[in-house]
Amino acid sequence: MSTRLAAGGRLINKARAMEFTFNGKRLRGFEGDTLASALLANDQMLVGRSFKYHRPRGIVASGAEEPNALVNMGRDETFEPNQRATTTELFDGLRAESQNHWPSLEFDVGAINTKLSRFLPAGFYYKMFIHPRPLWKHVYEPFIRRSAGLGKAPRDRDQDKYEHLYAFYDVVVIGGGIAGLLAAKAAGEAGVKVLLMEQTAHWGGRALVDSGTVNQMPVDKFVDETLSALADMSNVTMRLRMMGAGVYDHGYLLGYERVSDHKPRQNAPRHRLWRIRAKQIVTATGAIERPLSFAGNDFPGVMLASAVRDYAVNYGVSIGDRTVVVTNNDDAYQTAIVMKNAGLDVPLIVDARSSGGGALADEARALGIRVETGKAIAKVKGGKRVTGVALCSQAGEGTPLEEVACDVIAMSGGWSPVVHLWSHCGGKLIWDDAQAMFRPDPDKAPTGAQGEAFVSVAGSANGAMDLGEIVLDAVNAGQAAAKAAGGKSKRSKSPDAHSPKMAPIEPIWLMPQGANIKLRAKSWLDYQNDVKVSDVQLAAREGFESVEHAKRYTTLGMATDQGKLSNINGLAILSDALNQPIPQTGTTTFRPPYTPISMASIAGEARGPIFQPLRKTPMHDWHEENGAYWEPVGQWRRPYCFRKHPGEDIETAVKREINQTRQSLGLLDASTLGKLIVKGPDAGKFLDLLYTNMMSTLKPGRCRYGLMCNENGFLTDDGVVARIDEDTFLCHTTTGGADSIHAHMEDWLQCEWWDWKVYAANVTEQYAQVAVVGPNARKTLEKLTNEDISAEAIPFMAWKDVAFGDINARVYRISFSGELSYEIAVPASQGRAFWDQLLEAGAEFGVTPYGTEALHVMRAEKGFIMIGDETDGTVIPQDLGLDWAISKKKDDFLGKRAQERKHMIDPNRWKLVGLETVDGSVLPDGAYCTAEGTNKNGQRNVQGRVTSTYYSPTLERGIAMGLVHNGPDRMGEVIEFPKVDGTVIQAKIVSPVFYDPEGEKQNV
Amino acid sequence: MSSAVSALKGAKYEGYVKVEELGLRGMITLRGDLNSAKMKKAVQDVTGAKLPNQREITHEGDKAVAWMSPDELLVMVPYTDVHETLAALEKALKGQHFLAANVSDARAIFGLSGPAAREVIAKLCPVDMASGAFAPGQIRRTRMAQIAAAFWMTSDTRIEVVCFRSVAQYAFDLLKDAAEPGGEVGIFA
Amino acid sequence: MLILECPCCGVVGEETEFAGGGEAHLKRFGPGSSDDQFHTYLFAKENPKGVHFERWRHANGCGKWFLAARNTVTLEVYGTYSAQTYEPTQEIKDKISAKVPGWSWRGFS
Repeated sequence: MSTRLAAGGRLINKARAMEFTFNGKRLRGFEGDTLASALLANDQMLVGRSFKYHRPRGIVASGAEEPNALVNMGRDETFEPNQRATTTELFDGLRAESQNHWPSLEFDVGAINTKLSRFLPAGFYYKMFIHPRPLWKHVYEPFIRRSAGLGKAPRDRDQDKYEHLYAFYDVVVIGGGIAGLLAAKAAGEAGVKVLLMEQTAHWGGRALVDSGTVNQMPVDKFVDETLSALADMSNVTMRLRMMGAGVYDHGYLLGYERVSDHKPRQNAPRHRLWRIRAKQIVTATGAIERPLSFAGNDFPGVMLASAVRDYAVNYGVSIGDRTVVVTNNDDAYQTAIVMKNAGLDVPLIVDARSSGGGALADEARALGIRVETGKAIAKVKGGKRVTGVALCSQAGEGTPLEEVACDVIAMSGGWSPVVHLWSHCGGKLIWDDAQAMFRPDPDKAPTGAQGEAFVSVAGSANGAMDLGEIVLDAVNAGQAAAKAAGGKSKRSKSPDAHSPKMAPIEPIWLMPQGANIKLRAKSWLDYQNDVKVSDVQLAAREGFESVEHAKRYTTLGMATDQGKLSNINGLAILSDALNQPIPQTGTTTFRPPYTPISMASIAGEARGPIFQPLRKTPMHDWHEENGAYWEPVGQWRRPYCFRKHPGEDIETAVKREINQTRQSLGLLDASTLGKLIVKGPDAGKFLDLLYTNMMSTLKPGRCRYGLMCNENGFLTDDGVVARIDEDTFLCHTTTGGADSIHAHMEDWLQCEWWDWKVYAANVTEQYAQVAVVGPNARKTLEKLTNEDISAEAIPFMAWKDVAFGDINARVYRISFSGELSYEIAVPASQGRAFWDQLLEAGAEFGVTPYGTEALHVMRAEKGFIMIGDETDGTVIPQDLGLDWAISKKKDDFLGKRAQERKHMIDPNRWKLVGLETVDGSVLPDGAYCTAEGTNKNGQRNVQGRVTSTYYSPTLERGIAMGLVHNGPDRMGEVIEFPKVDGTVIQAKIVSPVFYDPEGEKQNV
Repeated sequence: MSSAVSALKGAKYEGYVKVEELGLRGMITLRGDLNSAKMKKAVQDVTGAKLPNQREITHEGDKAVAWMSPDELLVMVPYTDVHETLAALEKALKGQHFLAANVSDARAIFGLSGPAAREVIAKLCPVDMASGAFAPGQIRRTRMAQIAAAFWMTSDTRIEVVCFRSVAQYAFDLLKDAAEPGGEVGIFA
Repeated sequence: MLILECPCCGVVGEETEFAGGGEAHLKRFGPGSSDDQFHTYLFAKENPKGVHFERWRHANGCGKWFLAARNTVTLEVYGTYSAQTYEPTQEIKDKISAKVPGWSWRGFS
């Protein structure tokens, strides 16, 4: 069993015990534990079930590469699935549950799959769920959905806080092991601004666990000295619990800082995503030990040799009493030595190399440990826990030679540099045959904005495995990065480091090398996704020869660990099956993030009320307080209607608003309309090119409705232009058009007609604008000013500056409703005050604020088009009967040439008409009008569609506008619109102007 | 103008940086030839401040001039002076090709004060806020989370941020969220 | 995410401050042009693997348009320059030639 040792544990504080629960069981650990080390200290080796076969799985690793120990953490609003126990720091009250089993972790019904594994080979899902097709939706999909995923999805809203931080550095060093520390120190000494980050809670990395000396002192002492030197450098920032998540173009780097995961509920952000720009990035991300592929290598109790050592040295946890070490390199001998020195039994070291190991092997033998060379594990004995191993010759097919009882197997298949961050942005790899690893190719680094290499690698991430080499490599990398980032060129002596001399590794991809199919089918490559040696070999036989194809076919490396342990072993097996060298097979693509980061950290502050900007007019609060039923219009919120009392339904409210406006007085908050000032000697000429109609002939003091098209000829915006003086125009745009039309103007002014003397300014938000509408509009306004606002003083389509008390306003006689109407612009800061005055003055007329729906209905009654309803980016003004607003005198305007194209002048285009339902009902929005015959898909031919449709309270019937083939020539004809329920509505083609066609009401 | 109110009526938040809406300020967008002698003189006459160079802001008493683009300045004066200033500019630049627009009511302006003021901006804007990279006397127009904004420093511990009036509440909530105690990073200390 | 230098205000900013505006150095064809000319102007855009010239606007900044010469494969930016020009500066063309000998783009090389 695994337990806490009496001595050891450099990272834990035994004076500070912490309580936590696992599957409801109360357990104890110490401050400084990870959840994994605390579970192991409590003999909780079994932590989960594998994805496909539900096999019992234990902790394999001690860091970010852990594939098995994923747990559900927390509850309710702090619940989060798939948290890695090896990177979760223990805290008091931590609550974890294992995943992917039913009914319990100990007894899981799904484990039957492992008995069926012969019938669940690679590509099983593709082969099984393809035929027959009718079963896809109702049989296969529900089945696959039920079996997909490991953890549970959270049900409650996440209550924690997250944020971003933009940060800028000359050199960023990722990884706080000895290489990272030395690279950061070297860069810091060159005077550049440095950020050093480490994903765990501790500096120093692996070197503190392994044997070695630096400058004749123990590694821990040297690390302490280096840390204090770094702390004294004001140009170096150091952050723990921060992972380099991804490297992107032009030196962009995401740093994922787990600010308060280890002390939740401390009123701090949980995660902070650092959005870093670095001139140079040094990845000192270390290396990850590889498992060995032998039958039963997934039983709980089979662990990476380095992890067994880490748990003993860092946390004072022994994984078991009897440890068998199996290896193809010298490094794993350190585990045997550590365990032996801790007073535990190491009955055997199985070294697959026939030549055996070097100095460390001698040391092990001297401690009395039996070492067998040229041997392999034929098979692991046990079930939910290892009980022993059967030994065989590595050269053979797996005939057992002897059995050795043990409860831990510490395996090492060599080390793979962590090249992920190097590779994210295009860094290439080379295969190092001597060390049996892919390492960064220094000649093919990721390049930045100036074409410069901006990522370099230091230490074991660069393939340097000996402490002396690591230290030298790190200092060089730090100095070079600082120099490339503009630092002083400085050469300091690198520290003198020594570690035991290692004998060469021998690549062992399968154990024993001739393992029969029974053994290969029990030799796991990917623990989380249950991919075995036999699966990859099957994929190769079935033609999935590209590593990317084999990956997707077998799901090798597609789990949440992204194949940190399995990828190299898998592609070595694939290479062997294809009889080609490993570099020819290559690796799959490394993509960010290095380990999963929280979705909420990506969202950052953009949650809840600040999910996105909400634009408010100066009268917004009044609307809110007076029953506004909101409609989003871009980022604005506009009242759709106002509910007079909470019980009023919105249809009733809209009718009431329309009737009251047409009969007496309505108010519309029109502040969101775009307002652009265009000024200069060439302003008229410019607007003549922007609008389809002539603007340069407009007289100061007058207004004109205008249309804007893009170069494709399609109608994009409309609005009223007022000429302020000879040089100055004010252009109203649609609500959505304010920013885009301003940008459109600047585009043409800056990029095409840059020698013209025109300035444009967006003054949309300077003004609150109110439409005062209805037969009593003038009477109301006359109560608020002594100035002349009569029909003579301000005729229809004119404007005038008028003071209403202390409020200086500009009054436009324009109408979008067909009624007597004044649109009044006042400074935004006085918008609410002006609105309040209007309400008071209009009280005697039953003043009624109205919303966007009443606005829409009233404009439709008048046959006025709405950008976005009657237009959809394919409609030209001619389609809408707006030929009167297209100048024939102008040589050019934007869209003119396009409107001469063949398709645009085709007489068969659909054109705007009014539609009056025969039974008075309301046509469905977007309904199509059918024609005779069918198209080649067997669908009915169409000859038109509805663009706007409303119930008109004024006419007490449904009215609509639509685009109909040859519509204007077919007045009086009845056409048919099928509804989705299969019934048909008949509608008569009529003029789109339903109300006051002579315009007598607006022009009084 | 007694009836004029700013978007948030002077809302305040005391976090690890103090955030406050600063009320109304007179602002004029002035476009024209920034190199012309008439422009230099006109701006200096109405504000007392020198014409700023690229991405600079110059202050004189309660007035300031900020460089917004190669042909645009933002002239800032007390809110009650804005019409007078506008008229003076119109007069001084008569005959020139220019545009002067009152945008006082189109803006919201915020003050951030405290030693960590830079940090609050760094959480929201993709701008290097280190003292060597940004300092009093400079102005930066940029993106603040999802809106356009501009800011400058009035001292090493105080920043003013300006954005559109319609998004004042969003901007205030952003700044408040970033200034919440517990979120201190400490990189500009 | 790219970094670009706005030649109008001098800001070196990240891509989120800017808005792309398609191909640079387009010649407008209006009324009087042939169908082919107009079609080419509107629809036939370059989409090269390698050296490219683009329009960008400093949308969350000074608001100005400018042009950028960059590589769509390596993402290297050879330079940004005024939108009020008909062709890239010689300095930029030389810089591209040094990195991509024999390059050409529409009429430029």
